[in-house]
Amino acid sequence: MSVSAPARGPITTRLRGRYDRNLWFAVFVGPFVLGLLVFVYIPIVWSVVLSFFDAHNTVTPSKFVGLSNYLDMIRDASFRSSLATFVLFALFIVPTTFVVSLGLALLINRARFARTFFRSVYFLPTACSYVVASLVWKLSIFSGVRFGLMNTVLGWFGIEPIAWLSVTQPPWYWLVIVTARMWLQAGFYMILFLAGLQRISPSLYEAAAIDGAGGWKVLRFITLPQLRATSTAVLLLLLINAFQAFDEFYNLLSSSGQYPPYARPPLVYLYYAALGQGQDFGHGSAGAVILTLLIALVALGQNRVLGLGRRED
Amino acid sequence: MSGAEGNGFGRRRFLAVGGGLAALAVTGCGSNTGRASSGSSSGGKPTLSQWYHQYGEPGTQQAVQRYAKEYPDATVTVQWSPGDYDKKTASALLTDGGPDVFEYGNGPSIDMIKGGQVVDLTDLLGDAKSDFTPSLIARMSYQGKLYGIPQVTDMQLLVYRKSVLSAAGVQPPQTVDELLAAAKKLTTAKMKGLFVGNDGGVGILGGPALWSAGLDYLKDDNTFGFDDPAAVESLRKLRELFTSKSLLLGAPTDWSDPSAFTQGLTAMQFTGLWTFPQIQKALGDDFGVLPWPKLNASTGAPSVPVGAYASSVSAKSKNVDAAKKFVKWLWVDQTDKQLDWAQSYGFHIPARKSLIEKADKLKSGPAADAARFVNENGHAQTPLLWTPKSGTAYSDALNRIIKNGSDPATEIKAVKAVVEAELKRIAG
Repeated sequence: MSVSAPARGPITTRLRGRYDRNLWFAVFVGPFVLGLLVFVYIPIVWSVVLSFFDAHNTVTPSKFVGLSNYLDMIRDASFRSSLATFVLFALFIVPTTFVVSLGLALLINRARFARTFFRSVYFLPTACSYVVASLVWKLSIFSGVRFGLMNTVLGWFGIEPIAWLSVTQPPWYWLVIVTARMWLQAGFYMILFLAGLQRISPSLYEAAAIDGAGGWKVLRFITLPQLRATSTAVLLLLLINAFQAFDEFYNLLSSSGQYPPYARPPLVYLYYAALGQGQDFGHGSAGAVILTLLIALVALGQNRVLGLGRRED
Repeated sequence: MSGAEGNGFGRRRFLAVGGGLAALAVTGCGSNTGRASSGSSSGGKPTLSQWYHQYGEPGTQQAVQRYAKEYPDATVTVQWSPGDYDKKTASALLTDGGPDVFEYGNGPSIDMIKGGQVVDLTDLLGDAKSDFTPSLIARMSYQGKLYGIPQVTDMQLLVYRKSVLSAAGVQPPQTVDELLAAAKKLTTAKMKGLFVGNDGGVGILGGPALWSAGLDYLKDDNTFGFDDPAAVESLRKLRELFTSKSLLLGAPTDWSDPSAFTQGLTAMQFTGLWTFPQIQKALGDDFGVLPWPKLNASTGAPSVPVGAYASSVSAKSKNVDAAKKFVKWLWVDQTDKQLDWAQSYGFHIPARKSLIEKADKLKSGPAADAARFVNENGHAQTPLLWTPKSGTAYSDALNRIIKNGSDPATEIKAVKAVVEAELKRIAG
């Protein structure tokens, strides 16, 4: 290569870099940057732009409306209630999934036999489609008729069948949603925790054993502090996931073109407003921006408290 | 959208709602749009793409492909779309990759019309105009212009098991109170009295509840139609039904599928005309049909919701004239194809009076009753000016009234506020 280099103009040579490094960098990175730009960044920017326009049935609107879409969304009681519901939902589901997946990881990490088997068993649901899981939950396990799995079990105790997803008093639908979500997600976070657990140096445990520490003390003073980086990442992922809830909610609760006003995630609400026959991209985008800001705020707050990326001491 | 990316990062899902659509528009969807090559001609003939949603009945896809092939003046490619057709089509209409000719439930939406996405089809009907079901033509017209040509009429109605009713000594109910009493009496340990969908009727009884009280979504002058004590009374009956323990809830299939009825989970079901072939196969003659009954002896009238998929032409089509000609050929001129479409696969009522008379399947039994209900008790599912936002407000209210027992009067006031704002937006 260096033989032919002098023949080229100095600028091209400099641009291509030593051993054509820059050229190869562009060849390998370029397509992905381009894809990211076209499919991620431009749409995000576009969506922000749309949120300032009256954009019914068009993505190239001309009527600028300033902040009125934002004001409408904030004044919209349904949107506010969907946000409030999901703050509550996050407050419940995040710690629960955290504890369950950590518990599973601790158990499996200490399993003396069939460790790979259990690890696979708990991880497998992650590979299952949310839609498929929702249908199994809706049609088979929590079917409202007397021969549904849960109702059959209840029937053994002489309890009348419950229409799990149809009634709101008491709100049994939460049981269906939460169990489906736990089943689908716990395994994935368990794997993250397992990876974290396996990185803890055995010498720490040996030292603890010599000092006479055991059980809870080891967990409290060695395992948990050592898992801090993993825990923070898991918490952040869980939180974002909770606010982005869509698939299982939509597939469990929507019917005949409508979605009930309870347990309605912000994304489902925006989906009905912005897509479908609604095609109101202005309000939909404004809602999406509000939701993004909210997620960013909560995530930042959480980081301040827990410190993601802070150097481990 | 409803895929399974459960563990992605923020921007991915965020995109799915806000920006994903824009991306779709930017890249023109990139997928097969059903056209051979947009706008180009093959052998001097224009190329058209025609979109349908996926009909469940076997043979339907082959039928529409055959119709398209027989059209002499253009090369028509059919795209058959499973999944969420309405949303897919609505997004595609924003792009150049959309269809030339497409069908849409109850015609294009008011925002499509106001946004100039569909073209005026008024002149296609000609002399045939009086032959089409008037309520459908009215539903698809805005300010005197027609934007969709009804392909076939669908309707919803109440079906009941004759043998079960007579065994229990129950007469087919003529009022809502009788219906409630009948449902209660027909409920046994193994069979519930009535099935109106797993949501307790939120999805499909919104209209019938108003019509049965002598009201409608909107009044004739396009103002809010049901701020009325009769509506309060009628919606309260739906709550009563929900709490009566005689309603089938949480069935494996929903109201649009006859399985709950044919498998004996319920004695009566509010369902669609399209289920008749399956019901006949399972139960033979052992079923009768009724419209949704009137509220009580003195108020309202029986009703059935009537809807139709209609054929429309996209304003973004590169061959608007050729597309209009094709629509006229298929859905106005070719009456034998229209009859074939209505009768040979599923079970529908032709959208034209002259064809209803020719339809053999509609001459006797429950089917004849159903055809009669369309003319005597038919209401367009929702009015054209009833926007999706109004629809969401009303179904939210119905959810709260039926499932939580909220006060109908308060809920109706809340719906009224949303609907009036929407009507104002459309008028403005």
